[in-house]
Amino acid sequence: MALSWYLVVSALIFSIGAGGVLVRRNPLVILLCLELMLNAANLALIAFARMHGNADGQIFALIVLVVAACEVTVGLGLIVAIFRRRLPIDVDELRELQG
Amino acid sequence: MSPTTYGWLVLAFPLAGAIVNGLFYKRLGRGAAGWIATTAIGAAFISALGALVRLQHHAPDHRQLVSSLWDYAVTGDVDAKLSILVDPLSVYMILVVTGVSTLIHLYSVTYLKGDRGYARYFAYLNFFVFSMLVLVLAGNFLLLIVGWAFVGAASYLLISFWYRRETATKAGIKAFVINVVGDVGLVLGTFFILRHSGTLDFLATFKAVDGGAFATHHGALVAGCLLLLVGAFAKSAQIPLHTWLPDAMEGPTPVSALIHAATMVTAGVYLIARMHPLFEHASAAADVGAVVGCATLLVAGTIGLVMTDIKRVIAYSTMSQIGYMIMAVSAGGYAAGLFHLMTHAFFKALLFMAAGSLIGAMAGAQSLERMSGFRRSMPFTFGCFVVGGLALSGVPPFSGFFSKDEILAWVGGRGGWFVALYVVGYVGAFLTAVYTWRMIFRAFFGDPCPEARELERGHLAHAEVHTNPATGEEEDTDVGFPGPEHFIAERAAPMKIAMSVLAVLATVGGLIQVPHVDHVVTTFLEPTFADSKYAGVEPSNSLVNFGLVLGTVVALAGIALAYRIWVSRPGSAAAWQERFAPAYRLFASKWWFDELIDVAVVRPFAAFGTFAQRTFERVFVEGVLVDGTTSVVRAGSAAVRALQTGFLRYYAALLLLGGAAVILYFLIASS
Repeated sequence: MALSWYLVVSALIFSIGAGGVLVRRNPLVILLCLELMLNAANLALIAFARMHGNADGQIFALIVLVVAACEVTVGLGLIVAIFRRRLPIDVDELRELQG
Repeated sequence: MSPTTYGWLVLAFPLAGAIVNGLFYKRLGRGAAGWIATTAIGAAFISALGALVRLQHHAPDHRQLVSSLWDYAVTGDVDAKLSILVDPLSVYMILVVTGVSTLIHLYSVTYLKGDRGYARYFAYLNFFVFSMLVLVLAGNFLLLIVGWAFVGAASYLLISFWYRRETATKAGIKAFVINVVGDVGLVLGTFFILRHSGTLDFLATFKAVDGGAFATHHGALVAGCLLLLVGAFAKSAQIPLHTWLPDAMEGPTPVSALIHAATMVTAGVYLIARMHPLFEHASAAADVGAVVGCATLLVAGTIGLVMTDIKRVIAYSTMSQIGYMIMAVSAGGYAAGLFHLMTHAFFKALLFMAAGSLIGAMAGAQSLERMSGFRRSMPFTFGCFVVGGLALSGVPPFSGFFSKDEILAWVGGRGGWFVALYVVGYVGAFLTAVYTWRMIFRAFFGDPCPEARELERGHLAHAEVHTNPATGEEEDTDVGFPGPEHFIAERAAPMKIAMSVLAVLATVGGLIQVPHVDHVVTTFLEPTFADSKYAGVEPSNSLVNFGLVLGTVVALAGIALAYRIWVSRPGSAAAWQERFAPAYRLFASKWWFDELIDVAVVRPFAAFGTFAQRTFERVFVEGVLVDGTTSVVRAGSAAVRALQTGFLRYYAALLLLGGAAVILYFLIASS
């Protein structure tokens, strides 16, 4: 199998994730789409690792998984905090930081 | 010890006294401050005597000694050092300054006893003397300017010593501002001289001038000397920078004695004498000095005739006498001018002390209108006043007679247009006798006033309510106001001692330089003025003898006139006022100098200030600079703020677009 197939799949998943981040307003979905983007990157990393025949890419992928787990923890924590304060679960409504 | 070591000691004692009194007054017992200050100045006087003795051990042409403590800034064109010059002139000055100041301090020990600011007063007083000593001992222009400015600052502190009295603080500010005008003149004059001489050191400057440093820059030398004269005029209260001196009477009476007799006003005379090599090359500047001195002595004498405040009469007489000195040293009669400086210091300090005693007897009132008949109740003060008055009006053999006549003989001996100054000088001498004795006759003769009558019965008058003698405003006797107690010389030993010493000096002080008999002052000062073009020049014998006779006649005539007006025909003064009404108005309004300065300087400056505030400040500073800056910042921040929408997805899109653009760039660039 050629490398390009993996990359095409990776690019597709990344695009779907990016599109989801941009168009969805529910923070939960945005977090999921972020995960999609990270895993698309993981796929590309592992594909390249396979092509080069060394383990560097796989290690990167493992680190990305760890970072993703942390990020989800924080993100979900925030979402729960927002929910608890009875604020709307909608990123467009949460705009106190505007200039 | 060498003379210069003594010179440093002369500086060290008053400074130490000022520091001890200024910093530790709370730990010292009440009353200690006065004795500490007096001891400090006394020690300085003894050091000055030491310098005198040691200096006389040197050969006459080696009596100009420079000692430098450290170099402040020595580069190619500037040699700023902390150096003093000990030569006969500076030793002469420090002797007069410390000697008379010691007596004034002694007098103040009692005179200011009732005042809450006792320690502060003596700290200032010591600082004042220290400043004056820095001024006269300075070996270069830099230290001279430092001393010059210190004296101005100290005079401000002392004139507005009673700082809760509005008239006093105003007088202090006036003195300070006019003195700063003089400081500016002195500094600019120094620049003019430094530019071509290339050195700040006095002796090196004089050498450069004699060596022709200004041969092609004569205009710069004249300009420099004229600017130095501005400094001298401001410090010595010469026309038109004299208006601060009468107002300076707001200070305590011993301060007036100090300012008028020993320190401050003599600084201008000293400056011209010290700079004589420059002034002799710039004869135009010297002539200006002589004419202004002469004008001042006449104007001040006429104003003295009509003033009713006893201290102001003496103040105008100081101005007048300083005018004689300025005229003398500008005309080249250095020894004559400095001789008069010394005798004047004696009798003027004496007169002020006696006036202080009189004011004490009047419970603070200073107006001659209210004083009369103190002759029997205050015999000692009366005696001192008479001695001072005889010396001031120049009756032989009192000290003022010899010194004033020496000045006039010298000026007359110059010939040419100086004869006009000579004549005016004798007119001034006549006026001096009249106004001095007018003061004495009004205060001591005639029917005793209530205060004098009280005193004859042994009660010193005490004011129920303390008032400001200038305005009549009521004052309490808290700190910042004059103290509640008054002292007279008859009942205070320190005051009596100080006045007795001065009375003796004012009587016999002139005998050290009697024409045809001895010339101690001239001989002593000779090494300093050896390079003068007037060295060895003396007025002719006939002129001197004529002057001695004329001086006596003029002085006695003045006293006789005063006696006729104010004693033998009381009330005739009003008739004289009537007859010379325009002149009286001119004199009583002090020749309108205050008004003239107000119109010529103060108002234009105030108008310019208002104009600048309305146009420059409002329009340019506020409109363009301040408002312009804020509006630029505001517009910039509004533009940046518009980017911060707060939409998370908007930021994410920007991030993605930016990232994509960067990647695209690298892809295109690498292919």
